[in-house]
Amino acid sequence: MTENVRRVAAIRDGTVIDHIPAGRALLVLSMLGVGPKTHTPVSLVMNVSSPKHGQKDIIKIEDRELDQMELDRLALIAGQASVSIIRNFSLSEKRQVTMPDEFLGIMPCMSSNCISNSASEQIRPRLKVVTKSPVLIRCFYCERIQPVEDLIEAVT
Amino acid sequence: MTQGLASLEYVTEEWILEIVNLAERLSAVAAGEARCEAMRGRLLANLFFEASTRTRMSFEAAMKRLGGDVLNLNDLKSSSVSKGESLHDTILVADGYADVIVLRHPMEGAAVFSDDLSNAPVINGGDGSGRHPTQTLLDLATIQSAHGRLDVDIVIAGDLRYGRTVHSLARALSRFGARIILSSPNSLSMPDEVIIDIQNRGSSVEHVPELSEAVKEADVVYMTRIQRERFPDDDEYDRVAGTFRLMAKDLDDVRPDLIIMHPLPRVDEIEQSIDATRHARYFEQSANGVKVRMALLCTLLGIEPEVLT
Repeated sequence: MTENVRRVAAIRDGTVIDHIPAGRALLVLSMLGVGPKTHTPVSLVMNVSSPKHGQKDIIKIEDRELDQMELDRLALIAGQASVSIIRNFSLSEKRQVTMPDEFLGIMPCMSSNCISNSASEQIRPRLKVVTKSPVLIRCFYCERIQPVEDLIEAVT
Repeated sequence: MTQGLASLEYVTEEWILEIVNLAERLSAVAAGEARCEAMRGRLLANLFFEASTRTRMSFEAAMKRLGGDVLNLNDLKSSSVSKGESLHDTILVADGYADVIVLRHPMEGAAVFSDDLSNAPVINGGDGSGRHPTQTLLDLATIQSAHGRLDVDIVIAGDLRYGRTVHSLARALSRFGARIILSSPNSLSMPDEVIIDIQNRGSSVEHVPELSEAVKEADVVYMTRIQRERFPDDDEYDRVAGTFRLMAKDLDDVRPDLIIMHPLPRVDEIEQSIDATRHARYFEQSANGVKVRMALLCTLLGIEPEVLT
């Protein structure tokens, strides 16, 4: 493990999210619902040097493994992040964060006049990723382009 | 994915041209000069959650000219919708009665959602300020009929921000390589997301704020109405709307085969004396709605129409 990751103690079981763009770790924690009511240990390292990205943030969460929905949301906030699942102090699994082709039921369309936001219907929101770089996301139903910063706010 | 027509984004350019060409073959039927029984025994359900005259009537005319019949849901006060029925349930009920459904709804994406649910194809008759694909098809048919091609130089003028017909039209024409010239007040300019789509498809977009200048380079001028309610006061409206009126004198130096289109209703954005010129096509454009919708109905229901004289 690198010097940066060792700034905090190794964890027995849990998840290490590395290569988060500097300053975005708090958004990631918010997206993961880490807050005052969280009782498992969480370590946060911000603005440490990174050969690839200049500066980066790192998060370690004990006793928790991220599910696919959380990985999809993470792609929106920190598309370059890497996710390591730790079991019994060893790296058990490495998951690369990748932008999905579609966000299904993960976050609502940002257009209030979209049918998927209608209170009288029960529609799972469906947002299609048109291009991944730059990120261009469009609602499947109303076809409106989704402002990415607004989507991030919706999931954090 | 689509079985109906929720959006032109889901169909190919070839499909669009087939509709346009079939519409041309059905011209005489639409005009009542030939018979066609392609829709005999078929029912169309018109589900209009918002007011419409032209779209609803032209679907009805198209269906009846083809020997079919129409069910209308347009009095929402007495329908189950006013009792809180969801669009989901309304569509499934209509699906049980009809072979094809036309939907106009105030929320964007309503037709995509409905077409996914229904066994009968759902045609989008306009959703919110979103899409209006059958208007676009008839616009394309009008251009194709006049110029024999769709890679035209077109000026789109007036309210480009809120007018759904111009968004659909600009997106569709960009797929055929049109040169798109936009002329509008700053406060009513084309939304960025439409411009991005046009440019992503390789069409060029130019902005020419002076309408009388823009028209000189056009094969098509597509006028739209600037609505008074978009402006904070009447003086501002009068000032802006006045500069986006097409006058007969503006046509002195235009291309001889220029056509002028308008989705109607018109207020005063095209001077009436232009109606009598060879350039005016807006009433023909409106009439084209029937044959285009006939072609669409035949195509979606998989019926090859036989025209009887």
